[in-house]
Amino acid sequence: MQDHGDACRLTGLGRTYGRGASAHHALGGIDLAIRANEFFTLLGPSGCGKTTLLRLIAGFDQPTVGEIAIFGRNVAGMPPEDRPVNTVFQHYALFPHLTVAENVGFALRMLGRPRTEIAATVARMVELVGLEGMEKRRPDQLSGGQKQRVALARALAPGPKILLLDEPLSALDAKLRQRMRSELKALQRETGITFVFVTHDQDEALAMSDRIAVMQGGKVQQLGRPEEIYEAPANRFVADFIGGANLIPARMGPEGAVAEGLGTIPATGTGGAEVTLAIRPERLAILPAGGHQPGDLGPLTVAERIYMGNELSFRLEGAAVPLHVTLPRGGLRGALDFAPGDRVALRPEAGAIRLLAS
Amino acid sequence: MALLDTRARDIRNLPGVGVTAALAVAFLYAPILFLMLYSFNDGRSISRLDGLSFRWYRAVFANEEIGGAALNSVLLAVIAASLATVMATAAALAMVRMRVRRKAATYAVLNFPLMVPEIVTAIASLIFFSAIGLGLGFGSLVIAHTTFCIPFAYLPIAARLTSMDAGLEVAAADLYARPLRRFALITLPLLAPGLLSGWLLAFIVSLDDFIISSMLSGPGSTTLPVHIYSMLRLGITPEVNAVSSLMVLASALVVILSGLISRRKT
Ligand SMILES: Nc1ncnc2c1ncn2[C@@H]1O[C@H](COP(=O)(O)OP(=O)(O)OP(=O)(O)O)[C@@H](O)[C@H]1O
Ligand SMILES: [Mg+2]
Repeated sequence: MQDHGDACRLTGLGRTYGRGASAHHALGGIDLAIRANEFFTLLGPSGCGKTTLLRLIAGFDQPTVGEIAIFGRNVAGMPPEDRPVNTVFQHYALFPHLTVAENVGFALRMLGRPRTEIAATVARMVELVGLEGMEKRRPDQLSGGQKQRVALARALAPGPKILLLDEPLSALDAKLRQRMRSELKALQRETGITFVFVTHDQDEALAMSDRIAVMQGGKVQQLGRPEEIYEAPANRFVADFIGGANLIPARMGPEGAVAEGLGTIPATGTGGAEVTLAIRPERLAILPAGGHQPGDLGPLTVAERIYMGNELSFRLEGAAVPLHVTLPRGGLRGALDFAPGDRVALRPEAGAIRLLAS
Repeated sequence: MALLDTRARDIRNLPGVGVTAALAVAFLYAPILFLMLYSFNDGRSISRLDGLSFRWYRAVFANEEIGGAALNSVLLAVIAASLATVMATAAALAMVRMRVRRKAATYAVLNFPLMVPEIVTAIASLIFFSAIGLGLGFGSLVIAHTTFCIPFAYLPIAARLTSMDAGLEVAAADLYARPLRRFALITLPLLAPGLLSGWLLAFIVSLDDFIISSMLSGPGSTTLPVHIYSMLRLGITPEVNAVSSLMVLASALVVILSGLISRRKT
């Protein structure tokens, strides 16, 4: 149990709300080891239990079953004020009657640090998040982005070993969110603090994380580096949630998986088994139906052409489910264009098709 | 379209509503306006105006018995309102922030004084206090007033606490504040407008109380409303009007202040 390589180890963790017939398992059987100094992300749709998990780690709530160890120490029953963990809350929770400086210095004051030290740390934190000159303002005199920075500075000021961030960027506009992403990531690298970052935005998760735990229904669906999660989704949910893969039902035949309207995809498996083929929309090339080569899928019919500025995508019909193909703009100039009604074939990149158990 | 037009369905636009409302207001306030007008009477009559003066106000301020009763009233109201505010705050914190079992029943107990006819409370208090040997006087008044002030103090405090983000206390805990400091540094300052508003309401309810005070006040502890009533038995002079007008003024000021405070900063 005394493994100090892990900042936070969760063992068989579960949280159930209510009892008896109305019991709701918000979290069940979570086993995770979050390593020291890593940028760890909990990614999942709304209501999957991300906030519940953070609250358990922070000590705001107690698990129904299971254990939490922070740097090797079991924290069962330990109140939040004794845990070396700070939180950036989903809605910031800044103290409205205190100034920016007082908010940022709050934890140090509670820890009984000397005034001079508090002042110095507050100045350093305010500078770190770029809020110089706003020390005297109150939260209601700040913009959303500025509030977010105060919340960050406030949580960082006491020098926590673990920083929990509950969708800290969700209230910001797209441009600011983009910038805060890089800033947060840089901050994490510089400080070496373990970040546990919650989001339901897959781009955010992929761009920032060292490792991602994809959650759904109170359970971890897959744990891995961003590349692993994206390239090798463990199941249908992950394949669909991250990057919206095409999920095609198929049945195992003697030469591979047979999918309606597409043909046979070479694969090995138990004959007759129902499987799902996962293919990313950007890992398919689209060609006119005429020059059909072995390994091509189709033919299919273009149902819709969707122009989105930086990419062009097509919705194709003729298989068991509608398929989506996306061409990046770079490949677009030389590439062929199609209109609704055109007959086309698909050529998957090598290794692009993943076989998932249904 | 007509169904969706809220202006057409607004009760204020029904014929006759405006007139009825104006009449009702006039009817309610006419006696008080009359009382105030005659407090400026230069003569002794309470039904014939003999010119205007501050004569009776001077009489009120010169009257030591009125002064003593007013002091009793204010002292009693300050003590009762303060005790009631402390208790109401404790009750509100428990009701809003904690998981209270039988919440409805607890709420009913808190608001009991609002539901029991005041004369019943008064008589019950009188009997009970003499049974336990407490007798009449200032001590009994403080206990009784505190009791019926609690629901009045409770309402604005609970309302303020309900609208306050409980996440702030969680955030304070996350930032290493222990329970007492969370309360002192976060909950209390944010609750302050509710506390003040509740205190003022309790203060005014205590200041204006007559029935319970008339039963429980002893010789040295007569309150102002009780004293005014006793003045009536000696014959009505505009002095009664003057002291009553002053009470109306004080009450109105306190209620307005309380309203302004509870509306500010939410
Ligand atoms: N106090 C509670 N009582 C009962 N159920 C709750 C409570 N808190 C959360 N839940 C339920 O637990 C589940 C997980 O909630 P949680 O807040 O952890 O979701 P989340 O992943 O953070 O979602 P979001 O992205 O919307 O913030 C939800 O189904 C929610 O309804
Ligand atoms: Mg949440």
